[in-house]
Amino acid sequence: MENVTMEEQLVYDRPESMASVQTHYCPGCTHGVAHRLVAEVIDEMGIKDNMIGVASVGCSVFAYNYFDFDFVQAPHGRAPAMATGVKRVLPHRFVMTYQGDGDLASIGMGEIVAAAARGENITVIFLNNANYGMTGGQMAPTTLPGQKTSSSPSGRDIEVAGFPIRTAEMLATLDGAGYVVRRSLHDPKNIRMAKKSVRLAFETQKHGLGFSLVELLSTCPTNWGLTPIQALKWVEDAMIPYYPIGDYKVNPALKELKI
Amino acid sequence: MAKELMKGNVAIAEAAVRAGLNAYFGYPITPQTELLEYLSSRMPELGRTFLQAESELGAVNMVYGAACTGARVMSSSSSPGTSLMMEGISYIAGTELPVVIVDVMRGGPGLGNIAPAQADYNQIVHGGGHGDYHPIVLAPANIQEAIDLTYGAFDLAEKYRSLVVILADGSLGQMMEPAELPEMKPAIMRTPDWATYGSEGRKKRILSSIYLDPPEQEKTNFRLEHRWQEIKANEVQYKEYFLEDADYAVVGFGTSGRIALSAVRAARAKGIKIGLFRPVSLAPYPEKELFELSKRLKGLLVVEMNAGQMLEDVLNITRRQIPVEFYGRMGGILPMPEEIEAEIDLLVNEPTAANGHPRDRWLARFGKKN
Amino acid sequence: MPPQGRIEVRDNYCKGCEICVAACPQGVLALAPERLNIKGYHPVELIEQGCTGCGICAIVCPEAAIIVYREVKSRSQ
Repeated sequence: MENVTMEEQLVYDRPESMASVQTHYCPGCTHGVAHRLVAEVIDEMGIKDNMIGVASVGCSVFAYNYFDFDFVQAPHGRAPAMATGVKRVLPHRFVMTYQGDGDLASIGMGEIVAAAARGENITVIFLNNANYGMTGGQMAPTTLPGQKTSSSPSGRDIEVAGFPIRTAEMLATLDGAGYVVRRSLHDPKNIRMAKKSVRLAFETQKHGLGFSLVELLSTCPTNWGLTPIQALKWVEDAMIPYYPIGDYKVNPALKELKI
Repeated sequence: MAKELMKGNVAIAEAAVRAGLNAYFGYPITPQTELLEYLSSRMPELGRTFLQAESELGAVNMVYGAACTGARVMSSSSSPGTSLMMEGISYIAGTELPVVIVDVMRGGPGLGNIAPAQADYNQIVHGGGHGDYHPIVLAPANIQEAIDLTYGAFDLAEKYRSLVVILADGSLGQMMEPAELPEMKPAIMRTPDWATYGSEGRKKRILSSIYLDPPEQEKTNFRLEHRWQEIKANEVQYKEYFLEDADYAVVGFGTSGRIALSAVRAARAKGIKIGLFRPVSLAPYPEKELFELSKRLKGLLVVEMNAGQMLEDVLNITRRQIPVEFYGRMGGILPMPEEIEAEIDLLVNEPTAANGHPRDRWLARFGKKN
Repeated sequence: MPPQGRIEVRDNYCKGCEICVAACPQGVLALAPERLNIKGYHPVELIEQGCTGCGICAIVCPEAAIIVYREVKSRSQ
């Protein structure tokens, strides 16, 4: 005879690849979501012991404390060069950089473009929150036209400061890029999409398909002067129109993958 | 092993290969480029890593990353490129990583020119990057010495988790001389207890130069200083020529030391009791040895291919107890033996009081000549 | 009947940002009004019945502070 009983099942728990420490990020900052997605993907792929992360300079400077695998810390903007050094001597390890927009798209633009052009087999997690968070919310290369920051108090004047950089679109033009997409972290649906992209970025590396980068639109409630919930809305209303969610470069081999 | 005729840059490159160089990252710049070119075919031939970086900034940070894994790594450049590497050099020092960098110096400041100079002495020996750190600096004066110093540089770097700089100049990089190469080692990949190569079977590791807590930073600073004391006690290298009965000495490093030796020989032939003191390790500097030597001399002549950068160290070390004179050429010009000989004559025949600054006197003389 | 679920919050990770509170489809989350965690935040908690264990709170949580459980039918012979 069959008995039907109710049994409790675990739906979600903190990923093992995240260290058991509280982060220094402000309440509601989506850096934490990005960290979590990366850790979940690394758990799912079972590559924690094969990982070497490269932390950057900015709010994510302490990323090495929040992941439970080997990490090195790069000078401002140089994470892709440092990751190149690691990957070239350890080609069978997984190498990731975790960089913000000031680090990657301003001071480190040379290093990221060169790494992408070489088809460097590394994965880049790129957080775009339209300002320099760590130093108190100054204008970044990603700051939107008209956006007020502590160094563009009347709003970014494109006559003076020029235009924001659409990093994913730009890097996707390079032949060395295997996977370049933009995702957002502002709601559950987009977070799920972002996680799938993080997985595909690491799969790109696993299969030797070249440079992979996931640009993640992220919030900075503190420096934007918004509540965490308002900040999520601002990503949707202000950032996505300028930085559309999209697949800018996807190596055809990735479409065949069964994950 | 038989001697071969080799260009300096190539000899340094092959010595590094034979020392077990695992990976090289660099950027072309005259007069160092042959080193990179040579390795671009030699390293892949041996199944080792060669990568031409997008800039010296890229190259030094690639070396930084690769050094974190325990691999034997090197980069090379020349003065303006070395300036660009200063950021990474400071980080490498702060992270306490073994790295070898070759600087084949040229004329400066700025773009300067591509002729030999020694004007990186200050930026290499006394820093250049921010923070308190001390690289080990070795200055070869001939190609055999360049080979031997490069071959040993990696062990030295790993022994002390330190940066080692081979400080050569354009003439050494470009000249050809017969020299003997050491035996070949396989590419070296170590797994020391600090390296980050994947955490399988152990706890995760972090390599960083950040210590936000000031006491922690100061602890690191003290650790680096104590290690430097140990290096100073154990790793001094220098060469002495004709100093046993000398009344006078020339002090010069690298190429200027080598040229000065010809002048010293010529002066000896005239009956002047003079010798040459050539520091090989510029850091740690042979301070004790030079001071002891100076106590039995009547005068010293410092010869450099710069405006007297090492001169300041010599003045400090000899505590201004004896007359010191200076002769320097700049702009990529080598001092000729006859010029140095004339300076020796001046030192011996027209001694000046120990007060005043030798650079001022040199400038005054040089001004008269030009 | 909708599935039954529950959450556990690792209080010391929670920073009280309320993103999960706004995202919860059942509206059954709120910050604990009288409790503070080690960092001085009011941590989130389940305030009433109705959690389905859908996991949306965990998906949006920037701190990976939420553990989600759901009841499923189990057949045994």
